[in-house]
Amino acid sequence: MELAAASALAKFIGAGLACLGMGLAAIGVGNIFGNFLSGALRNPSAADGQFGRAFIGAALAEGLGIFCFVVALVLLFVV
Amino acid sequence: MAQPGTIDPIHQFEIQKLVPINLFGFDMSFTNSALWMVIAVAVTTLVMVYGSASRSIVPGRLQSLAEMAYEFVANTLTGVTGREGMKFFPFVFSLFMFVFAANMLGMIPGSFTTTSHIIVTAAFAMLVITVVLVAGIVGHGSHFFGLFVPSGVPGWLLPFMVLIEVVSFVSRPISLSLRLFGNMLAGHIALKVFGAFVAALLGAGAAGILAPLPLLLAVALTALEFLVAFLQAYVFTILTCVYLNDALHPGH
Repeated sequence: MELAAASALAKFIGAGLACLGMGLAAIGVGNIFGNFLSGALRNPSAADGQFGRAFIGAALAEGLGIFCFVVALVLLFVV
Repeated sequence: MAQPGTIDPIHQFEIQKLVPINLFGFDMSFTNSALWMVIAVAVTTLVMVYGSASRSIVPGRLQSLAEMAYEFVANTLTGVTGREGMKFFPFVFSLFMFVFAANMLGMIPGSFTTTSHIIVTAAFAMLVITVVLVAGIVGHGSHFFGLFVPSGVPGWLLPFMVLIEVVSFVSRPISLSLRLFGNMLAGHIALKVFGAFVAALLGAGAAGILAPLPLLLAVALTALEFLVAFLQAYVFTILTCVYLNDALHPGH
């Protein structure tokens, strides 16, 4: 195989692999909101006060997935 | 660039020069990005100025909107930083209103999402970190750097902990800007891709009966994008509050 075709192939494979990280970040975000909801249903009066914290955690977990997305985009459009 | 018939989701983020301006060798053209930033500022200014103009006891629609926005940001800020954080309220409030307006205006079909460009969000994140650093050093002097020295750590572990804390502080502007940028970019690309599926299926003869399926998904994604547009503005604001809290109450 020529070098250019091989590097294009590797680029697409790399972008696809980077998308796995976005799925893993989804597990993390789901964990946070699932646990927040189960805690909120046990003690609804305390739920409002912890709302912001749930979102901070979700934002931090989601940010890592976004890094994977940016890596995929960089591989596809920049490199 | 893209051949006809292929999906080109990146095209919508292209910056076009509306009024070419060249100042001292720098390209300072008025672009579509600048135009939508001006619109975002104008919309927020109009809502807040007209909303707070009448000051009636029973608020009208516009006044309730302005009051709700004020109370929402004020509650977020005091919830994280306490009462003393309110001196940063104008900064945090204008940050939230601008990011929120820019995200929402980006949902208008055919408009331009300024926050889907890393240069815009990176400028915001650097502004936030600069404010945090200046406020921390002015308010607490060298005590501010206690932020990087966790207490109750054994001595041999301390250099590594300081290193980790410094790296985590330095990566804050990067993650803050990438989060907003990535979310807006990903959402708009997904919308465009599903819209292109509808168009491609309609042009594919008998397969056109499947066209409502991606259309339904595109409608659901649009609703999700409105949620994300608000949520990312909120997340940007609350993380700004958390970082400001470090500047106001440093030390572990």
